[in-house]
Amino acid sequence: MLYVGVSLQFRFHVTGGDFSSAGTASSEIKKVLKKLNVDGVVIKRAVVSLYEAEVNVVAHAFEGDIFVNISSEKISILLKDKGPGIVDISKAMEEGFSTASPQVREMGFGAGMGLPNIKRNSDFMDIQSVVGEGTTLQIEIYINNKNGEQE
Amino acid sequence: MKHDDLKPFHHALKILEDNCIGCVHCMRVCPTDAIRIFSGKAHVDQNRCVDCGECLNACPVDAIVVEQDDFNKIFSFDIRALLVPAILIGQFPEDIVESQILAALHELGFTHIFEVETIVPFLNDVFIDYQNRSNKKPLISSFCPAIVRLIQVRFPSLVGNIAQLKAPLDVAALYVRNLLEKKRGKKGKERSVGVFYVTPCAAKIAAVKSPVSDEEGRINGVINMDFIYNKMLRIISDKKIKPEQSPESVLRSGREILWSVTNGECYYEKGRSLAIDEIHNVINFLERVENGEMDEVDFLELRACDQSCAGGALAPQNRFLTVERLKNRVEKNSNRKNFNTRAFLTKNDISFLLENISVRPISPRSILKLDDDIEKAMVKMESVREMMKLLPNIDCGACGASSCSGLAEDIVKQEGSLDQCIFIQEILVRKNEQFIEHFEKIWGKAKLNRILSVKTNREEL
Repeated sequence: MLYVGVSLQFRFHVTGGDFSSAGTASSEIKKVLKKLNVDGVVIKRAVVSLYEAEVNVVAHAFEGDIFVNISSEKISILLKDKGPGIVDISKAMEEGFSTASPQVREMGFGAGMGLPNIKRNSDFMDIQSVVGEGTTLQIEIYINNKNGEQE
Repeated sequence: MKHDDLKPFHHALKILEDNCIGCVHCMRVCPTDAIRIFSGKAHVDQNRCVDCGECLNACPVDAIVVEQDDFNKIFSFDIRALLVPAILIGQFPEDIVESQILAALHELGFTHIFEVETIVPFLNDVFIDYQNRSNKKPLISSFCPAIVRLIQVRFPSLVGNIAQLKAPLDVAALYVRNLLEKKRGKKGKERSVGVFYVTPCAAKIAAVKSPVSDEEGRINGVINMDFIYNKMLRIISDKKIKPEQSPESVLRSGREILWSVTNGECYYEKGRSLAIDEIHNVINFLERVENGEMDEVDFLELRACDQSCAGGALAPQNRFLTVERLKNRVEKNSNRKNFNTRAFLTKNDISFLLENISVRPISPRSILKLDDDIEKAMVKMESVREMMKLLPNIDCGACGASSCSGLAEDIVKQEGSLDQCIFIQEILVRKNEQFIEHFEKIWGKAKLNRILSVKTNREEL
């Protein structure tokens, strides 16, 4: 039997500063991916990417929405937030660079590893940001990229 | 598919059909959602069960029991060795001295008694070396067999984090068998060697009967702790054995006897480590490990029972008292001449144990997948999501499944049907007005309207 164009969609809302709920989307998506019999390595890459992205929204933005689309080829994640935006994206991609407030760092976040970690774990990543408005982050993880090597 | 994927798990937990009243207690606490009720009895999915014993503790009518080898089996061997975990010693108050405990075990028919924790100092050396060579973070202890199975079925992506080292029981069994087989006697008149183990839990039995990743067990039989405890207590309290006539103690009394209680392993860990006990706590924590949130932790000691082995379903005494008693014994003996716990192993023993201490990689055995094929699984997933809009989300268990989502998954896997839900039956099929009135009173208008708003012409109804 052929299922043409089957995909599953999920949507999550994230509130800035709500650290206790950070991880809700990634936990939910993890549960789904396990049920879909996706390879463990792929699940981990997707979950780590999504978790880091979720924490970014919580730590930096006022609010945001996460849209996840799962097809048999890839997991596509789109995060749109309303927030301060990123002034220098290439700087933000550097390991250890962070603009997180001291309060956020005290909670164990904001080590400046978020975006590099997403880059490392995903097969495609794109950030668009408008300072003073917000950031849009797009991430893709290919279901068949089981060894986690960048393509 | 790897070899051991094909072999079903051996299970030590059995349901006594005559006692089972078909309530939902066991089904609710099961951490792998392995239990379903039908025809008035609980049934266990053998692929899901990890023998943790949660169901046994929850059963109000003692319908769940742990299988037991016939004790008299020990007498079919000439040399009868018993491996004793320190938890057994912890069942007795401190005024019963170690030598009385040993004497009672001899009285029961064992010729050699060996405390499992004796092997701990050696294992610690091996583990430190193993950890230095491993690049896994966090490294997860292979000690608790229920946890190893839990990871196989629910956290398949973490199987690679489990240390590929034998548990103390298996190493102790190797050592004892190797030692005693040298003492079998002259050729032609060889004496047979039987090695037995006293277990505080069902998972250890299951592990002995079908080792997670080893073909041959070196243990001939398992004796349940509650069974032997009663026999020992009778011998000791009948004053058959007075402390002064007891043989010399060879039981350990150092810090290592706390190895199987919570923090027992972490105590020796040099890096950052965490000890987590009770299976639901472990599950919550492993979810976070899977998210990559714990990559800074070096070692995880994970135990299925609250208070670790002291809380084993077959340990008759209160778990907190057991831990206290073991700590008191360590304290009491702290001024005694220290056992040189490494000294009893010869060079030959050490090289023999090192050759045999590794286990093969542990295979994942995921129970969560809805289908092997991702596209089919996606179609089933979509049906589950649709079904969840219809089901009341009360998780009452009256359908025989543990939760509404459990029933929905059963349905898409064709292991259940929607007419099992009494709410759907009464509200949507029978349109029973009295029932609807009651439902609204208890569960509110919003929930009722949500169910009523679903189109009722579905073919499942």
